Amino acid sequence: MCTVCGCGEGETRIEGHDPVHEHEHGHEHGHEHGHGHGHDTGHHHHGDTHDYGAGAARAHAPGLSQARMVRIETDILAKNNQYADANRRWLAERGILALNLVSSPGSGKTTLLTRTIDDLKEELRLSVIEGDQQTAHDAQRIRETGVRAVQINTGKGCHLDGHMVGHALETLAPEEESVLFIENVGNLVCPAAFDLGEAHKVAILSVTEGEDKPIKYPDMFHAADLMLLNKIDLLPYLQFDVARCIDYARRVNPRIRVLQVSATTGEGMEPWYQWLRATRELARIGR
Amino acid sequence: MHEMSLCEGVLQVIQDHAERQGFSRVETVWLEIGALSGVEVEAMRFCFDAVVRGSLADGARLEIVEVPGEAWCMKCARGVRVAQRFDACPDCGSYQLQVTGGTEMKIKELEVE
Repeated sequence: MCTVCGCGEGETRIEGHDPVHEHEHGHEHGHEHGHGHGHDTGHHHHGDTHDYGAGAARAHAPGLSQARMVRIETDILAKNNQYADANRRWLAERGILALNLVSSPGSGKTTLLTRTIDDLKEELRLSVIEGDQQTAHDAQRIRETGVRAVQINTGKGCHLDGHMVGHALETLAPEEESVLFIENVGNLVCPAAFDLGEAHKVAILSVTEGEDKPIKYPDMFHAADLMLLNKIDLLPYLQFDVARCIDYARRVNPRIRVLQVSATTGEGMEPWYQWLRATRELARIGR
Repeated sequence: MHEMSLCEGVLQVIQDHAERQGFSRVETVWLEIGALSGVEVEAMRFCFDAVVRGSLADGARLEIVEVPGEAWCMKCARGVRVAQRFDACPDCGSYQLQVTGGTEMKIKELEVE
């Protein structure tokens, strides 16, 4: 079991990760922060820890338990957000641009990634964290390009979380001023809520899926800063309304950028690379 | 969406507070869940009982305060109610809305012993 954060339960496995390990890069596991005091809902308001002293006997008696109210005011995802914040700090100190790639299964994420790596590996330092429920197939595909990759198997889990990614960073140790791609589990629902410490979520949607996916899965498209509309080489054979799809995406997220690409033919990939270069420059400048 | 993980998150927060604030039994948990948070309240109730079994919150009552979705319509320049992220402004039909409320997933309070 991990001695700092107590992890080790469940079925998550990280390639090359020794279950008994040192936490090398100062992840502050378990520190408390962010007691957000939101708006009042008008029910029970007491102090931070309020002992009524008002049990049946209306009196305190040493050794006797009393029901009391404890004010918590903590985000349910607070724990995950702490790990994500630690990851973000760690990445920022090293000028590393981390991107969280999200999509449904079969959108062509891994193909898009291998193409991107092949085209940019001479120019940029790259590494990859691969998330899948089972198998190390995808990490293997990435390694065949010559770039370092680590596989996280989530077991029964449907998403990566900040804690898993923290451990994967220890194993992978991405270089300074590099680009780290985190390929999330193929799922348009759960990964939306789990911050990993990335700079941007990039949603990949292929034209073989429905054009209404952005409004069917609004949380994901709301959380993404960039949408890559993939497999556009297949458009002549499909009934897919590109303009409507982009309109749907903008309804849930007026700020989203959309790029149309084909990882197979290479069409439209250059603007995606320009976005990558520019975003990485920002990560370096912000160091 | 992932109510099981969320319930595990709730339990983790409760366990952290139990150590610091010195309680060993939880009777009631109040959560605040926004209409736009993507959380299915019924699934949350279902998972909660399973997740807390055998813990200090075994059998605890779950009270969920649902918060409506709110957004700022840029055209009307005022706040409006929305049920989903992709809703149009109920008055002018514009999609230029900035969500301002209803995304929370919070643990508000506990009744403990």
